[in-house]
Amino acid sequence: MATTTVEGALAGAAHDHREPSYIQASSGLKAWLFTIDHKRIGMMYLASVWTFFFIAGALALLFRLELLTPNLDLLLHLVGGENAAMIHAKALDLYNKLFTLHGGLMVFAFIVPSIPASLGNFFLPLMLGAKDVAFPKLNLASYYLYVIGASVVVYAILGAGLDTGWTFYTPYSTTTGTAVTTATLGVFIMGFSSILTGLNFIVTIHKMRAPGMTWNRMPLFLWAIYATSVIQILATPVLAITLLLLVMERTLGIGIFDPAMGGDPVLFQHFFWFYSHPAVYIMILPAFGVISEIIAVHSKKHIFGYWAIAISSVAIAIISFLVWGHHMFVSGQSEFAAVLFSFLTFAVAVPTAIKVFSWVATLYKGSISFTTPMLYGLMFLFTFTIGGLTGIFLGALAVDVHLHDTYFVVAHFHYVMMGGTVVAFLGGIHHWWPKMTGRMYPETLGKICSVIIFIGFNLTFFPQFIAGTQGMPRRYATYVDQYTIYHELSTVGSLILGVGLFIVAIYLLVSMFKGKQASDNPWGGASLEWATQSPPIEHNFHDTPHVDTDPYNFPNIDRSASIGHH
Amino acid sequence: MMREFLTGGLLHGLLGEAQSSVWMPPEASTFASDMDPLFYFILYLCAFFFVLLMGATLWFSLKYREKTPGQRTSPIKHNGRLEFLWSAIPTVLLVVIFAWGQKGFVSLATPPADALDVRVTGQKWNWTIDYPGLNKSCGPTSVTDPVTGLQGLQTDFYVPAGQPVKLTISATDVLHSFYIPAFRLKRDAVPDRYTGYWFTADEPGVYDLFCAEYCGQQHSEMRGRVHVLTDLEWRAFLKSSRCPTLNPDADDYGEKLYEANCKTCHTVDGSPKVGPSFKGIWGKTESLADGSTVVVDDNYVRESLRNPNAKIVAGFAPGMSVFDSGKLDDRAVNALIDFIKSLGEGGDIK
Repeated sequence: MATTTVEGALAGAAHDHREPSYIQASSGLKAWLFTIDHKRIGMMYLASVWTFFFIAGALALLFRLELLTPNLDLLLHLVGGENAAMIHAKALDLYNKLFTLHGGLMVFAFIVPSIPASLGNFFLPLMLGAKDVAFPKLNLASYYLYVIGASVVVYAILGAGLDTGWTFYTPYSTTTGTAVTTATLGVFIMGFSSILTGLNFIVTIHKMRAPGMTWNRMPLFLWAIYATSVIQILATPVLAITLLLLVMERTLGIGIFDPAMGGDPVLFQHFFWFYSHPAVYIMILPAFGVISEIIAVHSKKHIFGYWAIAISSVAIAIISFLVWGHHMFVSGQSEFAAVLFSFLTFAVAVPTAIKVFSWVATLYKGSISFTTPMLYGLMFLFTFTIGGLTGIFLGALAVDVHLHDTYFVVAHFHYVMMGGTVVAFLGGIHHWWPKMTGRMYPETLGKICSVIIFIGFNLTFFPQFIAGTQGMPRRYATYVDQYTIYHELSTVGSLILGVGLFIVAIYLLVSMFKGKQASDNPWGGASLEWATQSPPIEHNFHDTPHVDTDPYNFPNIDRSASIGHH
Repeated sequence: MMREFLTGGLLHGLLGEAQSSVWMPPEASTFASDMDPLFYFILYLCAFFFVLLMGATLWFSLKYREKTPGQRTSPIKHNGRLEFLWSAIPTVLLVVIFAWGQKGFVSLATPPADALDVRVTGQKWNWTIDYPGLNKSCGPTSVTDPVTGLQGLQTDFYVPAGQPVKLTISATDVLHSFYIPAFRLKRDAVPDRYTGYWFTADEPGVYDLFCAEYCGQQHSEMRGRVHVLTDLEWRAFLKSSRCPTLNPDADDYGEKLYEANCKTCHTVDGSPKVGPSFKGIWGKTESLADGSTVVVDDNYVRESLRNPNAKIVAGFAPGMSVFDSGKLDDRAVNALIDFIKSLGEGGDIK
């Protein structure tokens, strides 16, 4: 029989002998705070990243409410001042701080660490059949670096405030009176967390695969995490250097980016996007991995085009380093550079398209159950496809000249980052919730919320595409009247989206304590994490698993049918 | 009559003539007419693939939903021919889009020889538009917001219809971006560097002008209007008194410099804005952010222009643009000092 044999786990189940889970293994706050168990660290990351997600999301709701009307109103009531002009100016400053905090926290404290640091930490060793990551103590250190870095950013913004946008463009960022130095220090520290996590994962994947776990038997989630980690290690140092140069310029007056000191402001954009474009793939590749798992498991079908999906992740990781200039088509870089970057940008679209086609093909002749994770999987296909396709507009040079820095870009990256990564993250959390907590989430409520989120998300961001093509620039606190309708729709959508996400957070928290006991393998998954108990024991497996087949070999697959038939 | 003609309702009436759609604002330049077909080509192509993919997803999801537990599924793992096709077809289409997009973009770098030269300078938070050789310079003008009642600044940009115009764009402080949606054109304004593009406006009317690169507090209010003038209107504009270049010999040189350079942040009515008001500031002893004090005199005003962050008045944030000798020469600095003096001395207020 060609299924994965996990002797220890199967034997354990047969004798109905269950060891304490990783949650029961030891108790007390200290046992969590000083844990080196990758599962506990993963859960702590999960709690932390979602805390930042909700803070940053609440800020977004605040400025979406402000944007309901063309002129300032809500924010005027939140600031004081001696006269109307001063209140107006302070409200504008507040708006700029709000969107900066929203973007900064979402990017650096939520979406970069999101899936890899939480689900990746929890499931990478489990899916490999390992007992832990290669460097468990380094793993804990990464977590604390992340917490310290994120706290410094929050402190900087709550203290003096920061109004540069998450991109810190010079020379604005070298001249503004806000807390650029402190905030960049926070991002700098978080960058080390990212680098160390990436390093840890790469070594773990290379050195700690269970016997028989060849590269072509690795679940696609791990391929995605692997590609992500490579980018983290290679790109993040560039961000660190860039921010360090920025701080040197601000504090020591060494002219690097500020033309008033003989620097080059466009140089900063090159440095910044050299990290931040690959970082876009740090944010989305893990989501691709989650979707591959969800769609295969909930269709009970072998993933279509395993190698195409695995290799396209690596291809994206490589090409992602060569496309940064597409953020700078109108920055004044040379026409030749712009043309080259446009071409390379289209090159990165091809492996992404291949993935989407492969996921849809996986559904063909499957046995599809509409569970909550699967609904998120299908939602991802819808929203991410829109996100991906709208990237083509921005890659086309002549069209980008119009759409650059408008709401079209805002809508595009929210369709990719939220419609892609956050939706996949939600799917992944529901998919693996029984394994992580040993409890089931409420299925019906889960499905209802996924529909609320779907409606809220599209209502929030689809009108922004049209606002953008109509010419509405981004980062505007006030706007001209003709854009009102798009902002109204968007604000209503954001409230629906907020309600949906809030209910999900509540029922997940409640289900941790009151949820139905989960079985070891509620979805019938075939990868190793489903072969141990739910929640897993402290050392993951009773005995080292031996792998003799690939992770998508479900019992439902009709082996009598000829392979070529379709 | 002529003034009303240039600023008033007639041009607004013409606005309706430029076509707009659900997706696109009015189309008022030849570049817009060239670019919009590419936009729609990509839009329809994307819509086609989106419907194809979502149709397949929906169809498979319903047709192959789990009807019985343990339902058999197909053993297909891949299909070389299919995978080749769905890699090759998008590749070809993307190359077509690339080629089309770069053609329009590269053309922006090569203006026709007879293009009208216009210099655009961005500063926090307005634009100055100079017409070399035409003795015209459009600085920001004061407008009162009908809703808030607050004073703001607006730049009016006049261009002739049917004639190529070449913009040379720069900035004095931070990045800005000169964006005219009806022309489908923008380019960043970068300090210490020239960028630019050219266009031929082909539809007389009034259009929005936005700053598209985030530049701080009043970024969203760094707006203006683009007036595309008919031949007749353009000749009238050239003869009119609108957008005069500053005359260093005129009595109001200092006031004009104030309006063009300082007004965004400094009032003359005593109310603080981004910076202190100029009213009654002359001779006053200001407390500084670092605890020390300074008397507002010739040297302090001069230093504040050349090196604005050296002495920050308590209660205000640093961030003022530098005005070097290229932007305000000695004569201009003197005129500004005289203007500030004329607003009354600190002693007068007490």
